[in-house]
Amino acid sequence: MVDVAVQLTISNTSSQPSWNPLEDLAMLLHYDFMVHAFEAGTIVAIVAGAIGYFVVLRGSAFAAHALSHIGFAGATGAVVLSLNPIVGLLAFTLGSGVVIGALGNRVRGRDVTIGIVLAWTLGLGVLFISLYRGYATEAYALLFGQILGISSGDVAVTLVAGIVTVVGLVAVYRPLLFSSVDEELASAKGVPVTALSIGFMAILAVAVTEAVQVVGVLLIFALIVTPAAIAVRFTSRPPTAILIGVLLALAFTWLGLSIAFFSPHPVSFFITSLAFATYVAVRLSEPILQWLQQRAAGATVA
Amino acid sequence: MKDPAAAVVARDLSAGYGSRVIWSGAGFSIPTGSFTAILGPNGGGKTTLIRMILGQLPATAGRLEVLGQPPHRGNPQIGYIPQGSSFDPDLSLRGLDFVGLGIDGHRWGVRVAGRAQAERAAVAAIDAVGATGYAGRPLGRLSGGEQQRLLLAQALVGNPRLLLMDEPLSHLDVRNQGAIVQLISEVARMRQLTILLIAHDVNPLLRHIDHVLYVAHGKVAMGKPAEIITSESLSAIYSSPVEVLTDSRGRIFVVGLEEEVSHPHG
Repeated sequence: MVDVAVQLTISNTSSQPSWNPLEDLAMLLHYDFMVHAFEAGTIVAIVAGAIGYFVVLRGSAFAAHALSHIGFAGATGAVVLSLNPIVGLLAFTLGSGVVIGALGNRVRGRDVTIGIVLAWTLGLGVLFISLYRGYATEAYALLFGQILGISSGDVAVTLVAGIVTVVGLVAVYRPLLFSSVDEELASAKGVPVTALSIGFMAILAVAVTEAVQVVGVLLIFALIVTPAAIAVRFTSRPPTAILIGVLLALAFTWLGLSIAFFSPHPVSFFITSLAFATYVAVRLSEPILQWLQQRAAGATVA
Repeated sequence: MKDPAAAVVARDLSAGYGSRVIWSGAGFSIPTGSFTAILGPNGGGKTTLIRMILGQLPATAGRLEVLGQPPHRGNPQIGYIPQGSSFDPDLSLRGLDFVGLGIDGHRWGVRVAGRAQAERAAVAAIDAVGATGYAGRPLGRLSGGEQQRLLLAQALVGNPRLLLMDEPLSHLDVRNQGAIVQLISEVARMRQLTILLIAHDVNPLLRHIDHVLYVAHGKVAMGKPAEIITSESLSAIYSSPVEVLTDSRGRIFVVGLEEEVSHPHG
């Protein structure tokens, strides 16, 4: 039986920030659970930021979101069967990822199919929670993340999964980019587009499973989709966009963890709020920047 | 059947999906370096022919030879612009990167060796189609004509011998149609490319094409434009009354095969 007491907030510290960055950092890293959180958070942010670029490019944001929700049923099912929830999560995300991938990237009505499956699996998840009469906290942790309850063993598993996803992404980089931009053309050039679509969803399933530990099933968008969605507004060069996405995901995770350490509120709240605030700021500043550019251009002409 | 002067040769070729026959008994030979327009009603099997030349669809009967070989997928000697190619307004990818994918986008991994060489080839192809001014901008933000030029650069970047284009003019206004056809024709002559271009409307192409390949009513027929696009010839080929009309500005309209065959756009 899994009975990890879930820490959504850092209640065992009543620390106040000294506002001396070095001193505060030393205080943060004084605790093992914070060190583990930073380690796992860093790995997850790198993976999520990188794969997020392709999720945005392929228009698969809903599929990514659905994967995590479908994974929730797997995770709660595993808890009922006294298995590690991560095993159930991975099994369900991988399985559904392969099926979504096989449906293809440009099939009309794909999102409707995904939504129908998604609703059903969430219902399954509810059933499994009710069957498992132990800790509701377990379900809570899956939904909202449990980065503060991560052991050094979990960090090692996350590291291995992180390396697998990054190596997988590098291996399929060019044909994945090609088929994401123009599937028909890539196929004519000999790219196995369906196999690639399945492979990508499998890699995404592993990434989603990792990210669930940090932000949970419901908040997965904040680390996978938001950083990449911001990045593509700044650059149209793929490697630069991936780099910006990774840096943003890292910044949200590190800052979110640090703020939560000195606050009574959950880490997931800070990570998702930082992501959201940044996205809103970028979107709002765009028309202002455009107006300034136009004014500057007008001034030159005049 | 080897014919070094022909880029694409069909002998008694039939196309279909499963038991459904789309057209059959096609026999034609596309001369190397020629510009051929593929015309015919929607659903007649024009794209099917392109897919067969690309090696994406096997023939149900007969033989097809492309550049002296049986068709095979991923042939580097073929440049291609698929049907309906236009980019999502949100697509944040530079034209330069897109054209680069035409060089090695089908290879696994990331581009490690030959980065400078690939960049040079992409820049040269973009220059050849006159798209240098906007190749650094996001594809989604470009106009239809600009996107079409970059699609053409992508098709040219691997130095192909055969260029297949599936309705490259359909989303363009009349002025852009003229400019793109002129460009295609010039580039083809300079590089001695063989061109097969599917079009809805033959009028913007008339001054440039050498041959017309008509795909309609389960048959494929080839001929010189002036010879085949006549009431007598089309009626005889398709054994049904087909009328070719010319308006006061010299534009041709084909009536009888299916209305939209020669609907001029704009």
